[in-house]
Amino acid sequence: MVDRSAIGLTMEPFTVTAEAGRLRFFARAIGETAPVFVDETAARAAGHPGLPLPPTFLFSMELDGPEPFAFFHRLGIDFARLLHGEQSFTHHRVAHAGEPLTFTARVADVYDKKAGALTFVVRETKVTDAAGAPVADLATVLVIRNPAVREVR
Amino acid sequence: MKPLRDLAVGDALPDLELPPVTRTQLALFAGASGDHNPIHIDVDFARAAGHPDVFAHGMLVMAELGRLLTASFPIGALRAFSTRFAAITRVHDELTCRGTVAEIVDAGGERRATLDLSVTDRTGEIKLVGTAVVALPSS
Repeated sequence: MVDRSAIGLTMEPFTVTAEAGRLRFFARAIGETAPVFVDETAARAAGHPGLPLPPTFLFSMELDGPEPFAFFHRLGIDFARLLHGEQSFTHHRVAHAGEPLTFTARVADVYDKKAGALTFVVRETKVTDAAGAPVADLATVLVIRNPAVREVR
Repeated sequence: MKPLRDLAVGDALPDLELPPVTRTQLALFAGASGDHNPIHIDVDFARAAGHPDVFAHGMLVMAELGRLLTASFPIGALRAFSTRFAAITRVHDELTCRGTVAEIVDAGGERRATLDLSVTDRTGEIKLVGTAVVALPSS
């Protein structure tokens, strides 16, 4: 299981690019119909170089790395016991389709609650552009239900 | 809604009422979001993990809550967006996204509003609570 020795573990940085078609698919899946998010002409008219990434899409790009579940495997996290506890985004600027973005994730904290029945893992990810300038910071709190403790309860 | 530059503490954004969650939507979101965790799309896997059925990705609900923000503010105004996933959203749940202005401050050389956000179902159960910070036009 995950323990505090994982704190500070940094994943290999990777660079990914959002495609316009993927952003349209995402917009359809969440019911977003505003032209600026699906129509390049509307996006340019609003001053964007391409389709802007909608809120939360950076989380999806983080799953687009060469080994999307490497983080979970490295920590030995079982999907069947995993819940998403919290998610935050701090934006330094708008990111767009076609723009390479680099994701660097590290384990910022690990702690237990409920006498070890739940383990919380805090992952912090910096997103930077091709010039190395900050685009956004993500923080993800994962909650793992620990079976051994649950059976005792 | 009143012009953004006139937004004041206590003002509410227009509620966003969502259609019932469907299995099709969960499958589409799995593909579109890249989150292929089978617990959201494969009922056999979900049951083996002790859940009665598949359930929505927390990030689907957060992305829908994001529409509450993009309906009122340009994407370039979004400074921060954070949520805590308080309860599981199930298939057929009908959700409502709400936001109110909690605070308006000068920061980073601009006026910024902090919004208190929530997503609830028809029974009033809170699925998600959060906050967003948006830049306001100068008055």
